[in-house]
Amino acid sequence: MKVFFKINGLDQSVEIQDGNTPLLWIIRDMLNLKGTKFGCGKAACGACTIHVDGEAVRSCSYSIKSIDGKEVTTIEGLGTEENPHPVQQAWIEHVVPQCGYCQPGFMMATAALLKKIPNPTDEDINDNIVNVCRCATYYRMRKAIHRAAEINSIPSNLKVQK
Amino acid sequence: MKEKMGSKRKRMKRRKFLKYSGVGIGLMLGATWLGRNPLRRAVFDLGETMLPPYVGNTSPLVWLQVSQKNEIILHSSKVEMGQGTFTSLAQLAAEELEIGFDKIKVVHAASISGNVDGFSTGGSTSIATLWNPMREMAATMREMLKAKAAEKLGIDIADLSVTKDCKISSGTKEISFGEIVEGVADWYIPETPVLKDASKFQYIGKPLARVDLNDKVFGAPIFGMDASYPDMLYASVLRSQLVDAKMSNFDFSEAENMPGVVKIVSENGFVGVVAKSQIEAEAARQKIKFDYKVNKDWSLADVEKAITVGNGTKTVFQKVGKAIDEKDKKSELVRMEFRSPIGAHAQIEPSGAVANYKDGKVEIKISTQVVNITRKEVAKALGISKEDVNIIPTFLGGGFGRRLHTPNAIEAAIMSRAVGKPVKSFFSRKQEFQNDTFRPPSHHVMQARLSDKGEILALEHSIAGGDTAFNSALVPFSIVKPIIRADIGSIRGGAINYDGIPNHRGTYYHVDLPFATSFWRSLGLLSNAFAIESFMDELAIKTKQDPIQMRLNYIKDENPYHARLKKVISTCAEKAGYTDEVVNGRAMGFAATIDAGTPCAQVVEVSIVDNEIKVHKVTAVMDCGLAVNPDQVKAQVEGCICMGISAAMFEKMDLRDNMLHPTIYGPYEMALMRDSPKEIDVHLIQGVDVPMPVGEPPLGPIGAAIGNAVRRLTGRRLVEMPLSLG
Repeated sequence: MKVFFKINGLDQSVEIQDGNTPLLWIIRDMLNLKGTKFGCGKAACGACTIHVDGEAVRSCSYSIKSIDGKEVTTIEGLGTEENPHPVQQAWIEHVVPQCGYCQPGFMMATAALLKKIPNPTDEDINDNIVNVCRCATYYRMRKAIHRAAEINSIPSNLKVQK
Repeated sequence: MKEKMGSKRKRMKRRKFLKYSGVGIGLMLGATWLGRNPLRRAVFDLGETMLPPYVGNTSPLVWLQVSQKNEIILHSSKVEMGQGTFTSLAQLAAEELEIGFDKIKVVHAASISGNVDGFSTGGSTSIATLWNPMREMAATMREMLKAKAAEKLGIDIADLSVTKDCKISSGTKEISFGEIVEGVADWYIPETPVLKDASKFQYIGKPLARVDLNDKVFGAPIFGMDASYPDMLYASVLRSQLVDAKMSNFDFSEAENMPGVVKIVSENGFVGVVAKSQIEAEAARQKIKFDYKVNKDWSLADVEKAITVGNGTKTVFQKVGKAIDEKDKKSELVRMEFRSPIGAHAQIEPSGAVANYKDGKVEIKISTQVVNITRKEVAKALGISKEDVNIIPTFLGGGFGRRLHTPNAIEAAIMSRAVGKPVKSFFSRKQEFQNDTFRPPSHHVMQARLSDKGEILALEHSIAGGDTAFNSALVPFSIVKPIIRADIGSIRGGAINYDGIPNHRGTYYHVDLPFATSFWRSLGLLSNAFAIESFMDELAIKTKQDPIQMRLNYIKDENPYHARLKKVISTCAEKAGYTDEVVNGRAMGFAATIDAGTPCAQVVEVSIVDNEIKVHKVTAVMDCGLAVNPDQVKAQVEGCICMGISAAMFEKMDLRDNMLHPTIYGPYEMALMRDSPKEIDVHLIQGVDVPMPVGEPPLGPIGAAIGNAVRRLTGRRLVEMPLSLG
């Protein structure tokens, strides 16, 4: 089957035999976007979190056929070094990553959370950010999530460009 | 391409770089009982505090390179697994090169470059052991560049200085590093210059941002699992789901006909499916039929029975004064037992490798903590020379000791040779949980003799555990067992630091287990500290003493490590405002440890919510000497605390019908965001003026500190990890 979708703003089509193939492998091995990580393959760790139509999904357990006509965003499309997403800017300010492997998944989950809840409480963060970080950078992540909400709340014309 | 320094070595003057051990030898010997006790125990005593020397090349010609962009590329023999070593090395190098910190790019040294660590990246030793060699190499390179610049500019070397943007300037004339190295075939290596005084440091001791920060925030493909080659195939290796069992009578007929399968490789004692995609390789692997031959039935109860003090090979690793005589009725004997579970590494990037075998040579991109061993093992398995094996280390998606074993590199290389194409072979998550090299479970017996005045007359710690350092490529069992007998990894943090107690000792029982156990961040420290520091707390309660003051009373000042521990203990109690009282439903718990020469104390604030333990705040004080990057040292302390909470309160593997469970995150419970304390207050003390280990020591106190707080809240003494009110 052929699946048409948008990824990081660009039109994309993929010819695939098995429509149930997890999106993660299409993204990583066919489209060569390696920022989205494999952790468990069972939607249990969140390392593969991406956005489909703005919602956070765990791409290792999300079939390619179900994204037909949808918009996909991966960490590569979240922001750039020149124009970082507020979540990425906050992550840089708080120097969150250690090994860094799980961080794209956390940043994608956080970006989706801030869309739903622009100013999350600690409880909101506990309930919604349920990925696994083995370096256990949770303490800085929590601070960075609050900071990202703060950056988000600044009108864009007042933002200091990095 | 600018010439890499080091490509021409013929006429260069060789000088021998000194080997450094981080602290003066006199200080180390002061910490031991050498001469009074048998040599073996002296080795253990040293092991508690001594830093091994850096084993590897210390020539600037293989470590430092001038790039085309006129920047310095630092080829690190130590790998970056989150601990921040790359950043600190860049700080050390920039300091002595006298260039801008942003002008240094750190990369992993491929083994073919000759810059191979002789041992491993582990043990929290990278910066402590490279502290002098790295600065010396940078200073030496600076002088080499200056000498050559003087020659090329025709200006006296004394009139030249280095600029931040990698030039050498007289003020009126300048030449870039790139121009200096252009066309130079031979380098004269001068005597090592005098290193900068600490008062002049510009980068060392500063909280600079990680050099890998942008790569990690914007999703760059830097990990082993991101590595690839054109025309690469994917593999999945069959691994036993049962412990103490052998697989045999393989039937590949169904697997061979699965979509995408290229070849089933059965060589060197393993079976792997090579296919066109990861998914196809795994699907086909699951269709291989075979029989298990179970040697012996195992359950968790069998493991715990085996891991019991009294079983296995006994070694006394610490011995001061007399042993406790259990029949003696003259003074009170207090005895408690503690247990820790089988722990999984659970690092998020699974183990794996990408190998490209071609014409008798192989290149392997891999997350490994043991570049040299990976190379040697691959060469041996393939029957080629180690010069024909190029290990290209990638960033590690977590290390934690998991990547001190890399048989996956051998498998990938053999499969690549078998199919004549590059092969990427990774563990599935289920395999990662079932075929891990686990943290061994442990059993501890603590005993003390108390006088009728409440003085501690004797304190003993007995440990039973499986392999930690033994049976690893780093510490081959056959060589070291007869010499040291006690597993140096299992006893880490197991010695009694309360040297004011006149009689104290540590005894270790080595037990063989039916599954692989090995290094897990901080090795025996977490469980040993849990036993010792829980027991000390119980003794304080029993003898109605303040737990902080009691500890201080039993630590002598003579031993410099212990003096630093005392300061850490008192500072931590003060910073946290430690109290024995329960305030607003919250209690504090205290514990302190020394690991690899770094003392660390922690106070936790805990409450019970719906019968569950909740950690609200942790105050940590650590003396890791000079913190090259205080922000990243703090990050390590924070990470160790949250990982320690995970290990101490949630994690455990089960064994039923020879099968290890669980095999997925979630059922393998771990601390997540909701379980991590909202406040972590870290204070660093600089008790010595050199960097000391950082990446593991802060994992020591946390389990005991939580247990001690729970004891004060509930009156219950928790003696088993994971800690639970049940």
